[in-house]
Amino acid sequence: MTNRLIELDRLTKRFGSGSGSILAVDGVSFSIAPGEVLGFLGPNGAGKSTTMKMITGYLAPTSGSAKVCGFDVGESPLDVKARIGYLPEGAPAYADMTPESFLDFCARARGMSGSAKRGAIDKAISRTSLQGVLRQPIDTLSKGFKRRVGLAQAILHEPPVLIMDEPTDGLDPNQKFEVRRLIRELAGQGERAIVLSTHILEEVEAVCTRAIVIAKGKVVADATPIELAARSRYHNAVTVSLVPPAGTAIFEEFQKLAGVASVEDLGRATTSEGVRVTCTVIPSRGKDIAPAITQLVRSKNWRVDQMRTEGGRLDDVFRELTSTGAKN
Amino acid sequence: MQGWTAVLRRELAGYFVTPVAYVFIIIFLILSGVFTFEIGGFFEARQADLRSFFTFQPWLFMCLIPAIAMRLWAEERRSGTLELLSTLPITRLGAVVGKYLAAWIFTTLAIVLTFPLWITVNYLGHPDNGAILTGYVGSVLMAGSFLAIGACASAATRSQVVAFILAVVVCFGFLLAGLSPVLDFFQGWAPQGVVDTIASFSFLTRFDSIGKGVIDARDLIFFGSLIVTCLVLNAALLERGK
Ligand SMILES: Nc1ncnc2c1ncn2[C@@H]1O[C@H](COP(=O)(O)OP(=O)(O)O)[C@@H](O)[C@H]1O
Ligand SMILES: [Mg+2]
Repeated sequence: MTNRLIELDRLTKRFGSGSGSILAVDGVSFSIAPGEVLGFLGPNGAGKSTTMKMITGYLAPTSGSAKVCGFDVGESPLDVKARIGYLPEGAPAYADMTPESFLDFCARARGMSGSAKRGAIDKAISRTSLQGVLRQPIDTLSKGFKRRVGLAQAILHEPPVLIMDEPTDGLDPNQKFEVRRLIRELAGQGERAIVLSTHILEEVEAVCTRAIVIAKGKVVADATPIELAARSRYHNAVTVSLVPPAGTAIFEEFQKLAGVASVEDLGRATTSEGVRVTCTVIPSRGKDIAPAITQLVRSKNWRVDQMRTEGGRLDDVFRELTSTGAKN
Repeated sequence: MQGWTAVLRRELAGYFVTPVAYVFIIIFLILSGVFTFEIGGFFEARQADLRSFFTFQPWLFMCLIPAIAMRLWAEERRSGTLELLSTLPITRLGAVVGKYLAAWIFTTLAIVLTFPLWITVNYLGHPDNGAILTGYVGSVLMAGSFLAIGACASAATRSQVVAFILAVVVCFGFLLAGLSPVLDFFQGWAPQGVVDTIASFSFLTRFDSIGKGVIDARDLIFFGSLIVTCLVLNAALLERGK
């Protein structure tokens, strides 16, 4: 036994054959240890869902292999399926069933019975706060509740591996917040591996310990969200709001500092003290410009309302990674 | 095959949470009555048996059973629940068998609910109850065969309408196979072996002989192997076009 819960080895999926075929997933390899919450990032059509479908055994890979808890998906599909909780894209469920009967079905299909089954269902219901809608047909539930039914089904058997395809897609901000809280809670124990796909970058920062970016079926980055953000040109950029004396060319002053690459104007606002200017000063790669800016501001005696240093912007990195990926 | 009972249970319960089941049973019973008493000339024949009931049944099943079967897999594909079902620790054949058996149990229930007809003939005279019983066995077998064909058609497509039409056409073919105009058509030019093979696929011939009170092992084997073949094909079709 390795301590890797998921191991992908050059996993590849080609849809169709001949000239019209699509290489949806192209030699994806990575492994995930217990306790990791992996954010699987990529633009639409990058191959996220296809990769997840191969891990869960819904689609057979064209080549390469996927192992879950040491079991090969192709060789022992039932062993793998028993160890995975899966929330497919859009959280499909039998529309005319109630959450109660749906969860009962899933529990039986997973071989549970009697008080163990009752206990597992009750626990999943309370974790996803489904108590109020247990007897209502699923197709009459709101999107948020439908998603929770899908999540309840996925965590019913306390799986060591949890795979969620766009778990917060299409939810309103409160529902998103709820689902993320639940994901963090599920990750909490540290024995479980969680993979969630998303194209919402704030989600990765909010819940993931690791991020893998894929574009055109290939892995283009694998790092922690903080490391990834640090690749941004906004890494260590300084955003300041200040009220300089009228007529001061502050952008030029900042631009003259050593290590400054450019200055972005974020707008002005009129206050009782004068015009407040907000801008982001972007450093050249690897430079730390915060001390120089602090010193400049102090020496000129400008009134500073706000000043902060950025860790970097994931969306910026994401765009860069996935658009260069698209060129080859 | 683990987990198939969960599928069977869910499916069976599913028939009764929507009005579909009740509508189907009521239509089936009304049409059975209409065919038996009005069109079949039950009273004019002045015979206390269920011949007219069984005569029309294959044609009734040809239209009604594909309607039950069409949603089996097409609906799972359309709603995305096929993905959910396929990632539960159940074998594909287990899911196919669970769903199929639930549909078969349901149609058997509909067939059993025609028992007032049986009571009526017994009230009016002294029918051959043995032949009636084997007639019912034949009904259940034929319904099961049509269902297996319909389930296959449903697995082959995402559209319920296409699944329905496909199933009706194939069922119709199996019914036609035994009729003499069809066999005469082949008789002229096809080798005798082909004609015999076509004739042996006839549901009608087998259904009639079972209905006369003779349950031949060959008929059971025919219907049984047809059902098994369809279910295996059904499982294979699910793998395709995901
Ligand atoms: N069943 C399928 N048949 C053919 N092509 C498919 C199928 N599923 C996905 N694709 C194609 O594979 C590529 C990757 O899709 P997908 O994995 O769904 O991307 P993502 O989830 O990252 O948006 C897309 O180009 C998509 O059109
Ligand atoms: Mg997707």
